[in-house]
Amino acid sequence: MATKTYLEAIRDGIREEMRRDDRVMILGEDVGAKGGVFGVTEGLQKEFGEWRCLDSPLAESCIVGVAIGAALNGMRPIAEIQFQDFILPAIDQIVSEAAKMRYRSNGDWGVPMVVRAPFGGGVHGALYHSQSIEAMFAHVPGLRVVVPSTPYDAKGMIISALRDPDPVLYFEHKRAYRAIKGEVPDDEYTVPLDRATIAREGSDIAVYSYGMMVHTTLDAAARLSDDGFECEVVDLRSLRPLDRDAIVASARKCGKVLIVQEANLAVSVASEVAAIIAEDCFEHLDAPVMRIGGPEIPAMPYAPPLESFYLVTPDKVETALRALAAY
Amino acid sequence: MAVTKTDTKNEAGLDAETLRSMYRHMLRSRLLDERMWVLNRQGRAPFWISGIGHEAVQVAFGMQLKPGYDWVAPYYRDLALTLVVGMTPKDQLLSVLARADDPNSGGRQMPAHYGCRRLNIISTGSPVATQLLHAAGIAFASRIRGEDAVALTSIGEGATSEGDFHEALNFAATHRLGVLFVVENNGFAISVPWQKQMPIPDVADRAEAYGIPGVVVDGGDAIACFRAAREATARARAGDGPTLVEAKVLRLTSHSSDDDQRRYRPKEELEAEKERDPLARFSTTLEELKVLSPPDAEEMRAELVLELDRATDEAEAAPLPDASTAMLHVYAEPGDS
Repeated sequence: MATKTYLEAIRDGIREEMRRDDRVMILGEDVGAKGGVFGVTEGLQKEFGEWRCLDSPLAESCIVGVAIGAALNGMRPIAEIQFQDFILPAIDQIVSEAAKMRYRSNGDWGVPMVVRAPFGGGVHGALYHSQSIEAMFAHVPGLRVVVPSTPYDAKGMIISALRDPDPVLYFEHKRAYRAIKGEVPDDEYTVPLDRATIAREGSDIAVYSYGMMVHTTLDAAARLSDDGFECEVVDLRSLRPLDRDAIVASARKCGKVLIVQEANLAVSVASEVAAIIAEDCFEHLDAPVMRIGGPEIPAMPYAPPLESFYLVTPDKVETALRALAAY
Repeated sequence: MAVTKTDTKNEAGLDAETLRSMYRHMLRSRLLDERMWVLNRQGRAPFWISGIGHEAVQVAFGMQLKPGYDWVAPYYRDLALTLVVGMTPKDQLLSVLARADDPNSGGRQMPAHYGCRRLNIISTGSPVATQLLHAAGIAFASRIRGEDAVALTSIGEGATSEGDFHEALNFAATHRLGVLFVVENNGFAISVPWQKQMPIPDVADRAEAYGIPGVVVDGGDAIACFRAAREATARARAGDGPTLVEAKVLRLTSHSSDDDQRRYRPKEELEAEKERDPLARFSTTLEELKVLSPPDAEEMRAELVLELDRATDEAEAAPLPDASTAMLHVYAEPGDS
């Protein structure tokens, strides 16, 4: 077992799957000679040839639409969208076509495609290189939406996504690419696409999060531990479907609940987690459900003070946790 | 402006059997299409969207394909095309009546949203032009595997204003993929005439910008359509890349069963178009070429009406889908591929 970055773990998973299965191919902007703007696909075109790691035109609907066609004709494509912010021209292909193909054909046709895109802020990317718009897709039946937070899950979940018969949106927090390191087995393994995991066990406050915010939450949870409050940190990993059983189990166990996400809160993943807890855990709660997320402004601004205002930090999470602990 | 290709004297050299087969396909689709309208007007089918007037080019292209090997990404006027490739009148009647055994969608989609796995007809939804990118991706996959299968995709001229149309042409042309782009230009996007959709009369002229051939053909001239289809298919199969074929067709019906084109088109224009019905024109041509006599044509019609009556009865007797099946196939079920 070697220590890898989150980015290396994604690449390892893709490379191993491309070696194992010649139906796996990549299509996206700059994925070839450059290896992607973040370097996730570095070396893949050299190893697998231009057709299986193709530099696409700068057209997101084209990238996803072509990937759907290739999937219908027996391939297992990865459509790489350079930034999640730019996925919107492809939303018709993702929501109207890929998500509905199996249902509308009564099971006749499926779209085994993975759409990868980096998301999230804190890298001075301003409005259009910082967004977290995963909730738009988590709303759509027929899609799977996953967000791994660790290198181990990043590799295991990209392999699972590539073996799944349905469209999977695989979102990668761009700040995690190099900042997050962890042990990754050299061997092939998979991680389920529909299960949350407990990132830290505790029994005082259940904290739900995903992506980079899991690490922010773990930092805050460690601070509370020094004062004797043990948080249970649940890494949702899958946003569609949400792991309802895991969400309910931790809420019932702890009785106090905080949901942490980078996206703004209105009509979001946090909203849905809160609704599940309201429906299934009402009699187990000792405090109101709390949520932390981005403010209701269009997107993350560029200037450092404005960017900091937007971001959820360990300090903000700690403040919320202490309020819950005192309730 | 491109020259519109015609061939009323069979310079394409089609044999009698091919010509009769073309006519039979066109007539079979026409009779079925008319039956759909009847079912709609009788209140037995909630909706229909017709291909009447578009049949010649669909049949011409469909006859070039190897069913189940080549690929079809159709649009909603392609009734004739689906029949040529191998779907049946009963299949489409099951769809218009929303029956459980509808092979297109099991009664889930509106009628004329075609799809059939067995025949490599991909499932199509209601957003327009999206299927052109699917055809490009299908052809790309064939290219990766070194197969010479072609992908036929069709579209009305209205949808050529969508970005996906241009993105698909660009991608397929850049990689010289085996795609047949067929524009069935009937001059109207529902009620909006082509003059308000685009500044040029021929969609095919756009092919030049993508470095591929653009061909305009008289969509009421079945033989000319066949010739254009044969050339484009040969080119695609040989690995020489896509062709944009634009057939000038007539929309001899309203846009759909919920539209009345008399509200936005002059009476004289509609009556003049009826005189140019491609099926009647082809019948005259075949008579002149001494390929199909009026009695032979009548016999063919009677046989097809018999098939259609039987199919209508069977489709009407078939069950509707059970409400308990509504949750199935959101994601792969055991047994789904």
